[in-house]
Amino acid sequence: MNAFFSGLLRLRRTPWENLATVLIALGVVMLMQPFALILFTWSFPVTLVGTVMFIITSHFPE
Amino acid sequence: MSEPMARRIASATPSGLAHRIRGLSDRTIAWLFVAPTIFLLLAVNIFPLIWTIRLSLTDFRTNRPNNPVKFVGIENYKKILTDVDTWTSLQSTAHFLIWTIVLQVLIGFTLAYLINKKFRGNDLWTTLIVLPMMLSPAVVGNFWTFLYQPQIGLFNYFIEFFSGTDPASFSMIGEVNLAPWAIVIVDTWMWTPFVMLICLAGLRSIPSSIYEAAECDRASKWRQFWTITIPMVLPFLMLAVLFRGIENFKMFDLVVQLTGGGPGSTTQLVSIDLKREAFEKWRTGYASAYAVILFVTVFGLASIYVKALNKVKDR
Repeated sequence: MNAFFSGLLRLRRTPWENLATVLIALGVVMLMQPFALILFTWSFPVTLVGTVMFIITSHFPE
Repeated sequence: MSEPMARRIASATPSGLAHRIRGLSDRTIAWLFVAPTIFLLLAVNIFPLIWTIRLSLTDFRTNRPNNPVKFVGIENYKKILTDVDTWTSLQSTAHFLIWTIVLQVLIGFTLAYLINKKFRGNDLWTTLIVLPMMLSPAVVGNFWTFLYQPQIGLFNYFIEFFSGTDPASFSMIGEVNLAPWAIVIVDTWMWTPFVMLICLAGLRSIPSSIYEAAECDRASKWRQFWTITIPMVLPFLMLAVLFRGIENFKMFDLVVQLTGGGPGSTTQLVSIDLKREAFEKWRTGYASAYAVILFVTVFGLASIYVKALNKVKDR
């Protein structure tokens, strides 16, 4: 856990990519879930942030 | 190429042109070769994408091209993401996507595993299984409409044969709780051979020496399956899921032909909803925002999927 946060602080690729992956997956689940409209409403911003983050952080050093 | 031939071609090149080409660096020549592709990519993919994003921020309507176009900011996005009908379409798409992928992977892999065994008539069976994939979705949609007919359709008689249910008592494409399954069955029937072919390529790429070594170590068939077959076919399976996932997210023709999005809106997938917004209601700006939302979703999913695929391949 500690390595994850220090990786984030040192702008390393793996932890940032993992964070972006979680955001994208969360956004897609929120988009298609049948339970709460509020989750659907916020799904696109979450997916967008995740996708942009993924594109940027995939250029970070390993 | 033989030397005299090369010399003849060189002598046929006009001297001015030859001099100019000789003056170019390797990098410039490489760029010259790649430039037409890049130009085509920009014109066909990137420009329409940017134009769609621009339109999504306006109230433009294609059927009223002379009306002044008003910039509305993220209003279209707000409307889509608070619309209950759009939410329902996305849930229908999720149902379709999840079940088609699960069934196609399970049946496709099983078929590939069986076809991979050496037996008489192997090639004939492969050809027969692959046939549905070669048909046009419009044709498939049309003849499954007949198969699903309650009075004359073979599908209902097939169900009667196994369950004893009266064939005229239910309609696969006319009932709210059956229609989503009707489209899942047809897509599975049509595209399972595709998954099977990819799995078969994976199975045939496993060297037999690995199985022979496992036999020497007295590994059981079950253990060989889980520790050799599955890990080595996994990248191929993931590729099949990626292809089918993206394709089914955009599914349009087959479902339109089968149910037209009905009954009500139970089989109205996002692509059908998007087409209605764009070309029936003519809300171009709104439809563009809808398309951008779908694009970002598919792009995000594909990105993490490609990352996972690379990890599996590197293992």
